[in-house]
Amino acid sequence: MSVTNALQKTVIINTGCANISSVKFALQRLTQNVTVSDDPDVIYAADKLILPGVGSANAAMQSILSKQLSGCIQSLTQPVLGVCLGMQLMVTDSQEKAHKSNAIDTACLNLIPGKVKRMEVGNLRLPHMGWNTVDPVEQNSIFKGIPSGTYFYFVHSFAVDVYAHTLATSQYEMPFSAAIHKDNFYGVQFHPERSGDAGATLMENFLKL
Amino acid sequence: MLARRIIPCLDVREGKVVKGVKFRNHEIIGDIVPLAEQYAQQGADELVFYDITASSDQRVVDKSWVSRIAQVIDIPFCVAGGIKSVQDAGRILEMGADKISVNSPALADPELITRLHDTFGQQCVVVGIDSYFNEQSQQYEVYQFTGDEKRTQNTGRLTADWVLEVQQRGAGEIVLNCMNQDGVRQGYDIAQLSQIRAVCNVPLIASGGAGEKHHFYDVYKQADVDGALAASVFHKGIIPIPELKDFLRAQGIIIRDEFVQTTA
Repeated sequence: MSVTNALQKTVIINTGCANISSVKFALQRLTQNVTVSDDPDVIYAADKLILPGVGSANAAMQSILSKQLSGCIQSLTQPVLGVCLGMQLMVTDSQEKAHKSNAIDTACLNLIPGKVKRMEVGNLRLPHMGWNTVDPVEQNSIFKGIPSGTYFYFVHSFAVDVYAHTLATSQYEMPFSAAIHKDNFYGVQFHPERSGDAGATLMENFLKL
Repeated sequence: MLARRIIPCLDVREGKVVKGVKFRNHEIIGDIVPLAEQYAQQGADELVFYDITASSDQRVVDKSWVSRIAQVIDIPFCVAGGIKSVQDAGRILEMGADKISVNSPALADPELITRLHDTFGQQCVVVGIDSYFNEQSQQYEVYQFTGDEKRTQNTGRLTADWVLEVQQRGAGEIVLNCMNQDGVRQGYDIAQLSQIRAVCNVPLIASGGAGEKHHFYDVYKQADVDGALAASVFHKGIIPIPELKDFLRAQGIIIRDEFVQTTA
């Protein structure tokens, strides 16, 4: 099944983390032309881009820097969707640091203002793992057709507070940004590729932007 | 609100889904991919694939089915069994699994948990624990190599101690298999799970003993587990997942609702 123009090129930016396959397979269920690349020429030529990421912010940023991709990503003007850690890499900085380091916060890509902080959840468990409800601030753009209270799959311990760039909220002891947006940059804290039909709808909306 | 998870577990041997009673006498249930698809469509929140031969047989097991599942499934899934190194785990994650679960190899080399955490992040690392209630000592003890009856052995570790250690080493989730209850459908081991819940600050998944719908209610309500795993009741159609979800919702348990797209 393909929901988009067959000529549209969707590129998953290869940030060097292990599990890009699930994002790739999910996109391939929706559109024909999906590639994974860390080549700036391929990235610039894409119609839509996905910034995936699992692992730690520090390791992912180091990988992006070593591949000399930060300038390339910052200069993109086509729609970019950051997923999970990929969303967290889109803001200014993250409290998630290298293991055992006293270093200052990890500088991120600064595509959208904001700060990633460790979640404070009282007696609840971290990581925040499982299906939780999401409330879109407005039901347009990537949340078109997705009502308030729709379940998406989350796995994370760090989050961005609710603020001016929040596109959708969720709640786990504390409210946090389930999605953020500025200009051509969109980020989702949950995993649309693992969120069943709701996730497929969101990705379809993104591919149709 | 975060929903409680319902997790069918598919024990895999030679590329087929099997199920035994008390870890023994395995019978073939069916092919992996169609079964996985069926569970996803029925509303399962997550799937666990447990290669029960791998840890015991000391051989390289063909895992290409992981990629075949990842291509068709749009809910999270975890692969367990035979993951002995960071390289093994990396291959499974590259094929599209969301999480990997380690059990016997982590008992042999606890540092493995730390290395998996440092390489892939806490969210990928699940530790499975096979725990048996020792009537004589009146304690819960950790067993290993439970996939093979001849090699199954008591590790000499107390379950609560191991639960604490794996968390310190970076486990992101713990699946507690209560061996006394496994396959006999008499209910989850609420006493043990409650005890472990008190020392477990990461998500805890109950495993072993599901036989009726109210067993799920009991374990969520009384042991406060994040998810409940079951095999035979789902494979044999004893509890249809949509019916289980309706029952739990009616009892006030937070359960994921099906997505209904709105028309603008």
